[in-house]
This record gives sequence, C-alpha cells and structure tokens, in this order.
Amino acid sequence: MGRYFRRKIAIYLLTFFIAVSIDWLIPRFMPGNPVDIMLARMGTRGPAAAEAMRSYFVQAFGLDVPIGQQYLNFWNALLHGDLGRSVYLFPQPVTKVILDAVPYDIALLVPAILLSWYAGNKFGAFAARNKRLDNTILPLGYILTATPYMWLAILLAWLFGIVLRLLPISGAYSYAIAQPGFNWTFISSFLQHWILPFASLFLVGFGGWAIGMRNMIIYELEADYSHYLEALGAPRKLIRRYAYRNGILPQITGLALQLGVIVAGALATEIVFAYPGIGYLILQAINNQDYFLLQGCFLFIIIGVLIANFTIDIIYVMVDPRTRTGLQGEGSR
Amino acid sequence: MKKKNELLYFALRNTKLRIGLIIILFFVALTFVGPLFTTFQPLDYVNPRGPEPPSGEYWLGTTMFGQDVFTQVVYGLRATFFVGLIGGGLGTLIGVVVGFTAGYRGGVVDEVLTMITNIVLVIPALAVLLIIAAYLKVRGVLVESLFIACFAWPWAARAIRAQTFSLRTREFVDLAKLTGMKDRKIIFTEIAPNMLSYLVLVFILQFGGAILTAAALDFIGLGPTDSISLGLMMNNAVLWGALLLGMWWWFLPPGLAITAIVGALYVMNVGLDEVFNPKLREM
Repeated sequence: MGRYFRRKIAIYLLTFFIAVSIDWLIPRFMPGNPVDIMLARMGTRGPAAAEAMRSYFVQAFGLDVPIGQQYLNFWNALLHGDLGRSVYLFPQPVTKVILDAVPYDIALLVPAILLSWYAGNKFGAFAARNKRLDNTILPLGYILTATPYMWLAILLAWLFGIVLRLLPISGAYSYAIAQPGFNWTFISSFLQHWILPFASLFLVGFGGWAIGMRNMIIYELEADYSHYLEALGAPRKLIRRYAYRNGILPQITGLALQLGVIVAGALATEIVFAYPGIGYLILQAINNQDYFLLQGCFLFIIIGVLIANFTIDIIYVMVDPRTRTGLQGEGSR
Repeated sequence: MKKKNELLYFALRNTKLRIGLIIILFFVALTFVGPLFTTFQPLDYVNPRGPEPPSGEYWLGTTMFGQDVFTQVVYGLRATFFVGLIGGGLGTLIGVVVGFTAGYRGGVVDEVLTMITNIVLVIPALAVLLIIAAYLKVRGVLVESLFIACFAWPWAARAIRAQTFSLRTREFVDLAKLTGMKDRKIIFTEIAPNMLSYLVLVFILQFGGAILTAAALDFIGLGPTDSISLGLMMNNAVLWGALLLGMWWWFLPPGLAITAIVGALYVMNVGLDEVFNPKLREM
C-alpha cells in the first residue's frame, strides 16, 4: 500500500511540475508576444507611454534575463505564492484575487459533485433491470448527461429567473449587500443565488452517474457469481447489494476521470450566472487580456484537481478490499 | 459471413441504435442540405429591424444584430461535426496507438506510456486549452480540433491498454506466436478484430466528448474567430443579454442541437454495446 501511494504521489508531483512548465512555456513560445498583445489591446497613448508600458511588462514577465534563469525565477516566485499582479484588478496580486474566488468554487463544486455522484449511483442501481424505470426515466438521464453544462444553466436561469421570476440569476449574493458577512440576510441571499448554479451542475452529473451505475449493475447481474448466487437461491436483494458494491468501484475511478470535465462545466456555469468563482475570473481575464490572472487560474485549477484526485485515491483504497489487503486492485495502476 | 448478418440483424432490431442513428442522420442531413435553404451568410447582418422572433422570413428568428439564427445553426452544425470527427477521430487514434503499444509491448515501454497517460489524464483538458487558446490571435475550427484531440486521448489509451493486456495472454495469441507469426500480423489479424467493436464505442464517446469540450471552449469566448459555432452562438446570446430580453430563439436552438447530437451518440453507444455483447441484450 505504501508503494501504491508513493507511485501516486510521484505521478501527481510530476503532473504538477509539467503543468507549471506548460504555464511558463505557453506565453513564451506561442506565436505573438503577449507583451505586444497587451500593449495593442491597451491602446497606450503615445510612443513614450508605450515604451514605459513595454519595459514594465518585460520586467513583470521577467523577460530581461536568460531563458533558464527565467524558468528558475518563475518557480521561485511561484513557491513564494507570487503569481504576479492582475491587470484587470490592478494592483491586486493574482494570488489574492484567486483566493477570494476559491470559496465560491468550493461551495458550488463540492456539494454538486458529491450529491450528484451519490444520488446518481443510488438511482441508477435502483433503475437497473426495472423495465418501467429503464424506459421512462433513463432516457432523461441520457439527455441530461449529453446537455452542455452552460446550456442547462441558461435554461434554468431563463425558466426560474426570467419566466417564473422565482430566483436571482446573477452574482453570488444580492448586490444590495455591501459586504459578505455571517448573518442571516447574507446567508439567505447566498443560498438563493447558489441554488440554480448548483442545480445545473447537479443535474448534468446526476444523469451521467445514474446511467453509469445502471449499466454497471446490469454487467454485474450477468456475471457468473450473480448467477451462482441465484442458483443457490440467494434473495434478490442480496445479489443486488453485491452487484452494487462491485459496481461502485469503477464509479469511484470514474469520478476521478470526470473531474476535469466537471471543473470545465463549473467554469461555464459560473459564467452564465456571473458567479464570482474562478470561471468568472477566467472570463474577465480573457476579456481584459489579463494573462497573469489566467495563468494563475490555470495553476489553481490544476492544484485543486490534483488534491481531489489524491483524495479519491485514498477513498478508493479504503473502499476496495483488494488494495486494502495489499493485493493489486483495478485502480492501483 | 454469418456472424456479420447476425450483427446486422441485431443492429437493425435495436431500438436504441435506431433512434440514435435517425437523430444523427437528421442533423448530418441538415448540415449538408441546410445551406441550400438559406440565402444568408451566418455572420451577415441580414435583418435591418434587428432582433425578431421566428417568422416565415427568418425561420428561427434573428439575433440582437439581425443575424439569422437558422443560418448560424446550420453553419454551426458544420463546425460541430468537424470537431467531433477530427477531434474525436484523432483522439481515438492517439489512444489506440498508445494503448495498443503499451498493452502489447509491456515492460519499460508500458511503464513510460502509462505514466504519460496518467499525467495527461489528470490535467483538466479545458484548463490547458484555455491558456493555449487565449494566446492565439486567430483561431480556426481545425486548430481547435487538434488541440482537443491532444488532451482527449488518455482515457481511451487506458481502456485499450487494459483490453490489449487481457487479449495478449489468450491462447489464440500464444498459438499465433508459436507458429512464428510476425508481431504486426498478430496485432492486425488476431487482436484487432477482437477489439473492433470496442474501438467503435470508444470513437463514439470521443466524438461526443470533443463536441462538448469545443462547446465549452467556444462558450467561454475562445472559439473560432473567423466562423460561427454552436458554442459561440450561446456565448453571444449570454453576452448580449438574450436571457434578460427573453430572446429564447437565440439560445435554445444551438444548445438543443448539441444535446440532441451528443445524446443520440450516447444512446447509440449503448445500443451498439448491446449488439456486440449478447449478455446485455434486453430479454
């Protein structure tokens, strides 16, 4: 088991190293110099101003030293939590801008991922080999899982926000509240703004997990051990419970595989609802050509996904008896 | 020959496969025939009165700027299928090559390839695509598809590696080796035919995945700069307040088209799975 975790950690560290390197490489080796792009977009007044801006940007990107040194400097700054300054919210440091947004992402993503996974699995297991549910509700699952996150978000916003006028569709809390605080006004306003983005993330996820589990249960019920149990006269409920326990393992691995897609969906959903998480920051960064902010967001997403992956690995080991006892399970690669 | 007929028989009888196929064919037909029904160009400002709900003249209404929504959908579908075909196809191809090589060779080659696969697997594709796309001044659908393929292959590689691994140790492969058959011949005549059905399923899922990734990328505002796509339509609709103005005809059709296509692909996938795997057929 120690070997298993050592390998995993090695992979994640390597991934982090590569991600940081990509983050450093892309601005430097893409066609078109980011400094020029920024200057062009900013439309500086007069050549003197342009020159001043250019030298500032060259320095800010650290482009005035040899390339190897630039790379080391980048790491050095990164490990000190310095990701540069945001252009869009100048002169705030990128780290601070992102750390202000992260709580909203966590509040949205963690409940949406966990609840949709749990509910989807339970429902999928329940619907498997149930002719009526299979034919009525599961097609809905397919539609949900095929829906682009932002479109479902748009639909919900339109239906509940515009047509029925039930819920707010913009921001994380009412604009009338000046400062977020731990009081009832803020919390109720926060919940009202939270429910629609949460619902769109939840529904898309729910459909996917339900279908995955339904298919998994059908596989398991056709496996030899199920037929054997059946032949022995075991109650149906018991067989299904075994099938569920076997089916849940690939679903845990599936959650790790889906993380990237879910995060992408959350980014798009936040944009629809102008929800002030990292997705919304990314939109602002793109619209304002704020490359430091964009690269910072990228790193934070990577860190978040790596942490989530590692958590899932730990859970997998706890759930799978094979990895627990030192045997190599399916997810141990 | 008999086997093929049998598969075809179950394929034609499978409701899921039929429904999925009909929807896909409908949209493919719309992509090819649609431009004949419209005299407009997708990005042209054709309606001097600006935004208008669907009418006889503008079938799906017009956008804030008086662009024809139907024309945009038809041309956007083209981009969608293109991304699915190129992005999904290339993603499958890379996955097959990496997975096959890793599973068949084993040893150090497998270790290295599996490590690369796991690394790319963990990195969220959209996050990388975001920073790449943000630095590109001119973006086309082809470049978008290529980049999507670069980050879409890992799960396919992993699944195919596992399949190859289990096939490699079967008796018929051992027999082929004993008879002195060359590696390449074993791969193409002994292993590949047994995996063909699986590869079809992988391709369908890659196809759908590429479409969804492209839609998200376009929606965030990093879509093609020179043409229209369904994701870009939704981006424009949200950006210009179609929600608040109640211009449902602007944001409903593009999302509906994507959902229908990807949903049909998923349903087809399950249908095909049932055709290939007799254990799953409904009794």
